[in-house]
Amino acid sequence: MLQFLLRRSIGAVVILILISAFTFFLFFSIPQDPALLACGKNCTPDAIKIIHQNLGLDKPVPVQYWNFMVGIFAGRDFAVGHCSAPCFGYSFANNQPVWNTIVDRFPTTLSLTVGGAFVFLLVGLGTGMLAAWKRGTAVDKTFSSVSLVLSSMQIYFLGPIVLGLLVYSTDILSSPKYVPFTENPGQWFVGLLIPWIVLSVIFTANYTRMSRSTMIEQLQEEHVRTAKAKGMSSRYVFFRYAWRGSLIPIVTIFGMDLGSLFGGAIITEQTFSLAGIGRLAVESVIKTDLPMIMGVMLFSAFMILLFNIIVDAAYAWIDPRVRLS
Amino acid sequence: MTTLTKTEDSPAPTGADPFLSVRDLYVRFSTEDGIVKAVDGLSFDLERGRTLGIVGESGSGKSVTNLAVLGLHNPKSTTISGEILLDGQELTGAREKTLERLRGNKMAMIFQDPLTALSPYYTVGRQIAEPFVKHTGASKREGRLRAVEMLGKVGIPQPQTRVDDYPHQFSGGMRQRAMIAMSLVCNPSLLIADEPTTALDVTVQAQILDLLKDLQQEFGSAIILITHDLGVVANTADDILVMYAGRAVERGSVKEVLQSPRHPYTWGLLGSMPRLSGDVEQPLKPIPGTPPSLLNPPPGCPFHPRCAYTGEVGGDRCSSERPVLPEGRGGACHLTAERKQSIFIEDIQPALG
Ligand SMILES: Nc1ncnc2c1ncn2[C@@H]1O[C@H](COP(=O)(O)OP(=O)(O)O)[C@@H](O)[C@H]1O
Ligand code: SF4
Ligand SMILES: [Mg+2]
Repeated sequence: MLQFLLRRSIGAVVILILISAFTFFLFFSIPQDPALLACGKNCTPDAIKIIHQNLGLDKPVPVQYWNFMVGIFAGRDFAVGHCSAPCFGYSFANNQPVWNTIVDRFPTTLSLTVGGAFVFLLVGLGTGMLAAWKRGTAVDKTFSSVSLVLSSMQIYFLGPIVLGLLVYSTDILSSPKYVPFTENPGQWFVGLLIPWIVLSVIFTANYTRMSRSTMIEQLQEEHVRTAKAKGMSSRYVFFRYAWRGSLIPIVTIFGMDLGSLFGGAIITEQTFSLAGIGRLAVESVIKTDLPMIMGVMLFSAFMILLFNIIVDAAYAWIDPRVRLS
Repeated sequence: MTTLTKTEDSPAPTGADPFLSVRDLYVRFSTEDGIVKAVDGLSFDLERGRTLGIVGESGSGKSVTNLAVLGLHNPKSTTISGEILLDGQELTGAREKTLERLRGNKMAMIFQDPLTALSPYYTVGRQIAEPFVKHTGASKREGRLRAVEMLGKVGIPQPQTRVDDYPHQFSGGMRQRAMIAMSLVCNPSLLIADEPTTALDVTVQAQILDLLKDLQQEFGSAIILITHDLGVVANTADDILVMYAGRAVERGSVKEVLQSPRHPYTWGLLGSMPRLSGDVEQPLKPIPGTPPSLLNPPPGCPFHPRCAYTGEVGGDRCSSERPVLPEGRGGACHLTAERKQSIFIEDIQPALG
């Protein structure tokens, strides 16, 4: 198991190095000079030259890349100040190291995605399993048809509707905003409730349908019949034998959805005016803040790989054939 | 009309109150294509400590019959009628809770393919211990000890460590042994083995059958051994029930059925099985054609489309009149007893070598 995780982590590191190299060479070979940003309005060629020297931009690109990578682990010193590890470069647009901004924005995105994922996983599994248990009854049919309608919803469509209903016209809730959990858990919860609801509505339907169909499939497995033949109760068979098998496809989709939630943070945060990593990506593209774009990209790639490793670990935990092979 | 005279062999033993008694069992599935008549008026008895071999080609309703005994059919799509008496207790229409208490306890089942029949997600030990803990109220620890004991009994080496293995870490033969351990963990009085050796290679097959026989000696269970291979029952069973198209077509003791079979279908099965005498000179002759669809079984004798002797029976009786299987020893065929005997002695037996 440990060996398995180690292997996966090494793979992830290799991928990250490749992504970083690729984006670095791509960005720093386009004719857009980051020094121009730092230089401001009264820029002279001399000033630009000094900035270049200070930031090491006068060096060949491979050397710059090397310095960049070393900086991530050891920190770097720029003329503007020290950038401690992990240093992803210095953002002139924000006048601070890239990492500081990411650390600042990340909790918003994390709360948004993980909180939303938690809700839709829970509700989706619950309704799906109930539908499978009560297969063919009114409950099943209701869940199935509701989920069919909901699964075609999109955030940018549903988001404004829910905002309109709950915030602008009825004042049931106030506009979404991010309050750090450590500061005030209650406000953190209330502030993120609307985005969570919207994300859940969109994603839950998928999980309802999926857990229903995989449960029904699993209930027809031979080993499930064996468990019945041993005299185990229907409930036991359902929750111990069939459920265990249905987890694999669900975890697979969940891993993909976590990734797409994270990647789709741009739309979610834009819809609900929350300042997370997604918003940061948009801002830095508008400002052509290359170090920031680079940092956000690397960080996002890292998070998505991390989710993948977590999903793989979950597989191994669920299925001994993976763990012990 | 059947002609059964007193000169027939003595019937297989039937006590006044057999341990398992199946009477006029009908099992029907409603499917999109129509109604599948998987079991069509089946009756048989089984005494304690005896082994009944149920034989027939694939699709003849053997598994469906025995799943009905355990009550494992989906009640929504299945109609079951008739009587299944286990030790005097009626099982058809019994409440699910009642059946739960009997399954794995008084009656247990071994399935054909232990790879798919065991859950890949739980250890062998846990799967063996579960019914024991449930039915005897033992603790988890006692369950585990019992699982180790049972694994030892069925011949798994180092049961103390293998008990924590998962099924995929066992070989095919060991998995079937584990399956047997699981079915016997509560000393069931009725053990149903559904093609327990079909998925295994030949040497392992013999070992598993020997194991079943030994365990039967020890536990005194009644065993139903389902197989499509007459050779398997020849060495293992006391009595034989031959099934075709959801019906019993012949029944008798192993000796009777193998030495003087009374149904053309049984003749066909004998001709298509490897020779008991080991004679390789005589070629195997598979029965021509395939078993009928049970959506629409042939009228009269269901075997008539494949039978070579319909001409010996007057008129169109074979395709219009359903032959009955007498209680005890006999075959469900319109041929007269004398004719059957002479055909078997003159045509069939010489070809068997
Ligand atoms: N659940 C079911 N629904 C519909 N048809 C079934 C079902 N189970 C079995 N059958 C049909 O019943 C017939 C007998 O099957 P089975 O008892 O499994 O045969 P076998 O003698 O090989 O064990 C087959 O034609 C099979 O297709
Ligand atoms: S009843 Fe007729 S068709 Fe059926 S087995 Fe006998 S001879 Fe053949
Ligand atoms: Mg079968």
